[in-house]
Amino acid sequence: MRKTNDLILQTVTKVISFIIILFSIHLFFAGHYTPGGGFIGGLMTAAALVLLLLAYDIKTLDNILPFDYKLMTAAGLLIAVLTAAGSLLFNVPFFTHAYDYFDLPLLGETSLHTAVLFDIGVYMVVIGITMTIIQTIGESE
Amino acid sequence: MSLLHLAIVLPFLAAVFIPFLFKGLKSIHTGWFVLLVPLFLFIYFIQYLPVTGDGETVTKTFEWIPSLGINFIAHVDGLGLLFAMLITGIGALVVLYSIYYLAKEKEALHNFYVYLLMFMGAMLGVVLSDNLIVLYMFWEFTSISSFLLIGYWYDRERSRYGAQKSMLITVFGGLSMLGGIVLLYLMGGTFSIQELIGLSDVLITDPLFVPALLLILLGAFTKSAQFPFHIWLPDAMEAPTPVSAYLHSATMVKAGIYLVARMSPVFAESGLWLWLVAGFGIFTLFWGSFNAVKQTDLKALLAYSTISQLGLIMSLLGVGAAALHYDYLDDNIYMIATIAAVFHLINHATFKGSLFMMAGIVDHETGTRDIRKLGGLVNLMPITFTIAIIGSFSMAGLPPFNGFLSKEMFLTGMLSVLELDLFNLSTWGVLFPVIAWIASVFTFVYSIKLVFKTFLGKPQFDKLPKKPHEAPIGMLISPLVLITLVVVFGFFPNLLSNSLIKPAVEAILPSLVESGQEVDVHIYFWHGFQPELFMTLGIILFGIVLYSTLAKWQGVYNRIPERFTLNGLYDRGLSGSESGGYRLTSGVMTGFMRTYLVYIFSFFVAILMSTLIIKQGFVYDTSGLAAIKSYEVILALVLVAGAVTILFAKSRLTSIVALGVVGYSVALFFVLFRAPDLALTQLVIETVTVALFLLCFYHLPEISRKEERMRFRFGNAVLSVLVGITITLIAMSAFSQRSSESISQYHIDNVYELAAGGNMVNVILVDFRGFDTLFEICVLGVAALGIYAMIRYRSARSENE
Repeated sequence: MRKTNDLILQTVTKVISFIIILFSIHLFFAGHYTPGGGFIGGLMTAAALVLLLLAYDIKTLDNILPFDYKLMTAAGLLIAVLTAAGSLLFNVPFFTHAYDYFDLPLLGETSLHTAVLFDIGVYMVVIGITMTIIQTIGESE
Repeated sequence: MSLLHLAIVLPFLAAVFIPFLFKGLKSIHTGWFVLLVPLFLFIYFIQYLPVTGDGETVTKTFEWIPSLGINFIAHVDGLGLLFAMLITGIGALVVLYSIYYLAKEKEALHNFYVYLLMFMGAMLGVVLSDNLIVLYMFWEFTSISSFLLIGYWYDRERSRYGAQKSMLITVFGGLSMLGGIVLLYLMGGTFSIQELIGLSDVLITDPLFVPALLLILLGAFTKSAQFPFHIWLPDAMEAPTPVSAYLHSATMVKAGIYLVARMSPVFAESGLWLWLVAGFGIFTLFWGSFNAVKQTDLKALLAYSTISQLGLIMSLLGVGAAALHYDYLDDNIYMIATIAAVFHLINHATFKGSLFMMAGIVDHETGTRDIRKLGGLVNLMPITFTIAIIGSFSMAGLPPFNGFLSKEMFLTGMLSVLELDLFNLSTWGVLFPVIAWIASVFTFVYSIKLVFKTFLGKPQFDKLPKKPHEAPIGMLISPLVLITLVVVFGFFPNLLSNSLIKPAVEAILPSLVESGQEVDVHIYFWHGFQPELFMTLGIILFGIVLYSTLAKWQGVYNRIPERFTLNGLYDRGLSGSESGGYRLTSGVMTGFMRTYLVYIFSFFVAILMSTLIIKQGFVYDTSGLAAIKSYEVILALVLVAGAVTILFAKSRLTSIVALGVVGYSVALFFVLFRAPDLALTQLVIETVTVALFLLCFYHLPEISRKEERMRFRFGNAVLSVLVGITITLIAMSAFSQRSSESISQYHIDNVYELAAGGNMVNVILVDFRGFDTLFEICVLGVAALGIYAMIRYRSARSENE
């Protein structure tokens, strides 16, 4: 097979993927107040990784980000369930969220919400499953 | 649990030890241990004779499932005790006979005796249970153990056929009987027979009375081999002869008789009962005796003879039910029918048991049961001949044996029908004595044939597989005991009158006893010159004529082709239902997904449309509608165009792209209808889906990638349009009639107060209804793992290969 030179694609990817990831993180954190959230953020991050996959190949991506995405899915599910179950420690029903305002260094007064933890679970699961599916299908001939 | 309960279940308990005795004590025939059980039980039941003789009954209750009214109530009265004595007494003789009949080296005796003991216990349970559910339980036990015994030589095809046939027929009857029992419970509120008897005046007015009567009778008729359910009995003759002698002449086939007798006080007020029991009984009597004449196999002849005699007893019980309607008479002549039924029951058990044993001896000593090969055995087997001739003459109703007495009483009972003036009996009742007389002639013919063809006539020993000789004494003991009873009961019939027959009759007709009627059982040998005596003379005369001209009219039996006999009907019905069932499933279950989808969608449309029409649920109301804007119309047109393209596209690639168009238009709709989260997600997901579709397309085999338009099928088109219409109508109706206000205002009000968020969609997803999200991400995880497993395991498998 003829080796093609995709220098432009690779260079653009190097720049673009960071922007996409930053945007996806923004979507994720903004989710509670504006459109976005764990699901769409996760998909967007996965899209950045897919772009890397297209520009390079599976092995390179594996070297850059040596994750086992199945474990990531499992970890995401675990975080989500533990967040939901954590409320049981405080004698409130399963899946009761709590929030409060904290004065954090650097960030100043910030509201912290346990729903964000749950959303992190969703975020990880979505990245995990998307990458698992794409990697599995891509690796099979 | 009382001693009486223990006696009933003793055979079951003993059966547990049989295999150990068989394996452990190989030198002793297992039957000797088994023999102790019925002997002990027989002696145990004798002690109840004085109790029931005084008209007393014994009831012992063992609570089983009291909350459902199901208790093991053992109830000993005259009828139950009579059967219990028959079961244990003949059981002991049969076990003794089987010890000599079955060789301990060749046969699987542990199986045989376990089945036999199971049967004995089940039969005792049937006749001594007062609770109908417990009775039904034991009833099915008899069916199962009888099935096992018929199929005892399971390597023979005919045995398996006979076992299956008897199982199907008796279990069919048993289940309908269960239905009758349940109906009785619904009417009376109790499972106890004695309590139901007390309620019989109330029950007869209930609308469920007739169905219950029919169902119970169906159970009794199948078990007792009444027409047209008699066909299993001749095929059950493949069982070992002790089994035939025990089950299919003396005990199990009388379970139906027992049931009819037992339920008589409940049902007999009804004319339907009288007609059905007496009518089916008398016809079975004729049909059995008519068919017995043509049989050439000894046991088949005896089987038809059993059918016929059971019909006789059944018809007597039916006519005896008339006694209830005449309880004001001083001299109740109809009671004689019931007395005759009970008396003939005992007589039949004695002579039929001995005749079966005789047939077994002939089979055992000559190697065949075929009448055409036998003949002239009288000099070689004198004792067997004596047994045969006494048994047969008793069966034919000749003096001085007990069969003569019960046959005379039978004729008296049938003649008494002529004087009945209820239930239209005055017009059709004349048939009863006529059929009874004709059937008795045939009975005479086959009884004579049985003896004469087997023992007299020309010897033809060269046709026999074995050289015939007299049986060992052990095998002769049991038939000799029975035949002695035949003679003793013949000469001294009143031996039994007060001890057994009178209590049994009192149990069958309890309301007569309550009204002060004296059951007077006195069996006379000599009636004087009554009509029945002349009838008997006629039977003998015509019987002799018919027997001597047998060869001339035997052709009449071949007139009915095999296809139209009941057996042929049964066989064709069975194979027909099998092939019909196969055709049905193979017609409906095509194996094609498209067929099943057609079924599913058709039912979907049919059920929803009919509900909509029947409930008149269609409403169309435009008041809640928003104004339509122009860009919505344009977008809808794009969407419709995309959807139509999918249907009519020539290539699959076009379809995939058109599907993408539909998906992106939906995303745009989300934008228009102000759902930014949905729009974002829909855009990304649609992209992924289209990419995956393209992947699938790329991997299609060459042959399916060729351009081909979807084929048009009219049925599918109609169905899909119908599904669309259904959904549309329901959606419009649902929109037009909202039953409650939306709960979304709560979310709007509380999204910041309670959940500290601004994006209501996201707050609902992670907070208000986070549970859904939790399991949706589980679904995603499972899907990913599923894809991973399918692809990886497939490649791992192909590498191994």
